[in-house]
Amino acid sequence: MKEILALWMARNREYYRDKGSLFWSFVATPFIVIVLAIAFSSESQEVFRAGLLITSSSVQTSIFTEEPAIQLIEYTDAQEALRRVQFHQLDILIITDKSSRYWVNPESAKGRLLEKLLISDTSKHWQREEIKGQAIRYIDWVIPGILAMNMMFSGLWGIGYVIVRYRKNGVLKRLQATPLRAWQFLVSQAFSRLFIMLSVTILVFIVCDLFLDFMMVGSHLLLLLIAVIGNLAIISLSLLMAARTASEELANGLLNLISFPMLLLSELWFSLDDAPQWLQDFSLILPLTHLVKAARRVMLEGADFTEITPQLGVLALMTLLFITLAGIMFRWHND
Amino acid sequence: MTTILEVRNLIKSFRSLKAVDDVSFSIPQGACFGLLGPNGAGKTTTIEIIEGIKKPSSGEILYKGKPRDRKFSEQTGIQFQSTALMDYLKTHEVLTLFAKLYPRSQPIDRLIELCQLEEFLDTYATRLSGGQRQRLLLAVALINDPEILFLDEPTTGLDPQSRRNFWSLIKDIKSQGKTVLLTTHYMEEAELLCDQLVIMDKGKIIVDGSPEVLLQQYFDHSYVCIDQRDFHGDISALTSPTEKREDYIAIETNTVEKTLAELVSLNINLRSLRVKNPSLDDLFLKLTGHRLRE
Repeated sequence: MKEILALWMARNREYYRDKGSLFWSFVATPFIVIVLAIAFSSESQEVFRAGLLITSSSVQTSIFTEEPAIQLIEYTDAQEALRRVQFHQLDILIITDKSSRYWVNPESAKGRLLEKLLISDTSKHWQREEIKGQAIRYIDWVIPGILAMNMMFSGLWGIGYVIVRYRKNGVLKRLQATPLRAWQFLVSQAFSRLFIMLSVTILVFIVCDLFLDFMMVGSHLLLLLIAVIGNLAIISLSLLMAARTASEELANGLLNLISFPMLLLSELWFSLDDAPQWLQDFSLILPLTHLVKAARRVMLEGADFTEITPQLGVLALMTLLFITLAGIMFRWHND
Repeated sequence: MTTILEVRNLIKSFRSLKAVDDVSFSIPQGACFGLLGPNGAGKTTTIEIIEGIKKPSSGEILYKGKPRDRKFSEQTGIQFQSTALMDYLKTHEVLTLFAKLYPRSQPIDRLIELCQLEEFLDTYATRLSGGQRQRLLLAVALINDPEILFLDEPTTGLDPQSRRNFWSLIKDIKSQGKTVLLTTHYMEEAELLCDQLVIMDKGKIIVDGSPEVLLQQYFDHSYVCIDQRDFHGDISALTSPTEKREDYIAIETNTVEKTLAELVSLNINLRSLRVKNPSLDDLFLKLTGHRLRE
């Protein structure tokens, strides 16, 4: 235990004495987050979004297919689709069976407009269902994504890149010459980075809340738990990347390879609702997707622990898998 | 004397290259044992296999008569040929960190005094001079009060003054009864510090023994040396074998007086004349046909 604590302290010292890292984490990051959040918060959805709920008794439908200004999105998960209507992310939801039911949020102006258009088709006997809920601003929706993005970059580069540098300049070889075991080294590095990332994320959260007053309806403690497990998954992935890599150039390439799909497909900036199904399925193998999903459920919908258990479970499993593989593959040096 | 470390038929191959080729030797407890040879002779590979950093292709290494186990890393101290320390850690923090990586360590104050680290305890390890850095790395290697100390080319790159200071430190460590395994390509260093040595070339041991015995065994002559700029006469007129080395001429002789008389008779300027006993470098040249530092 004293070995892990000593290395944890040493790594933390390295971090806070590196003025560049410190500036980037505690000054530049909140600044960038606020600028990005403000810039993207002005984005407005010009198109109408209508959901089509597909069930086992669905029939072929041509509702709104002639309207280019209406984006049609198919859903198979009724709860998920209804949640989107509730939070104004979907203007109307229509079931595609013979019942002719639809859901609309009475507080949504766009929803009411689409409803008028829908019921103008008098060939069907439409059944109206209401679902109420406060509109989620884009800034509320995007904040969990931006916080997660910051965690991802900090986690991937802050630990993987450092270990590769240690391997290249011989620090790992020097540690290998002591009775220290590989797992003790990996655990110390992981916990040091976790400590740093949580400190930075909490600070960024507080600063952004002060400036942007974003929506946070769930439990802060639950959000912290998501941050811990999500961070551990990202850190473990980074440790796996760094398990044998000896070149900083290769490490940089690998880190880009890992981070870019997450940046684009983990719904940090935009929803994948209208993306092809295979892309949505692919995004589920990315830890950041589950982290962001769980964080949004807690922050925007006030989800409790049981509601985010699937995401936490996946993140915990990913952590276990990545850290185990990293432990097996780890080499002190690559001679 | 008890053998603390025994190396048997060690082989390390990198594809078709045999970096270490059937090397065997044993190190008595308390001795300073040298691995001497030019760059690329296989010294570092040999010592790193013994340290457990590299795996051998074949061969056996026994520590206190048994295969190495976890105790080995607890009871050995290692100074690598080239190593870095963590950025942004100060000298005293490096010592504290490494002390905690061992089940038992010696008092840091004692190490600070032994390795003369007082002046730069609060300096970042990355900002130390070459000599200071080597002293810190030696202190790190000694932090667990090891029974055997591995030093891989510890004075390479140091200026002459720092090198002499470092030799003095190693003599102090030797006087504490610790076993030292030292690799070097400095013959002077090996002659001064080593009780026993092996000379390696191209992965093989070409000779082993104590420096004094080896020199007595292979040489019964001295060298009379004169700078080339002072030697204007006909070199073939000398009756003794001669050899051009760097910027001087070495004349092999059994009777210095007779050689001096010949030089006087040839009207050679004797202002740069010096008489030199054979060194390990001469021994290496005699055995391999090339010099240690070539």
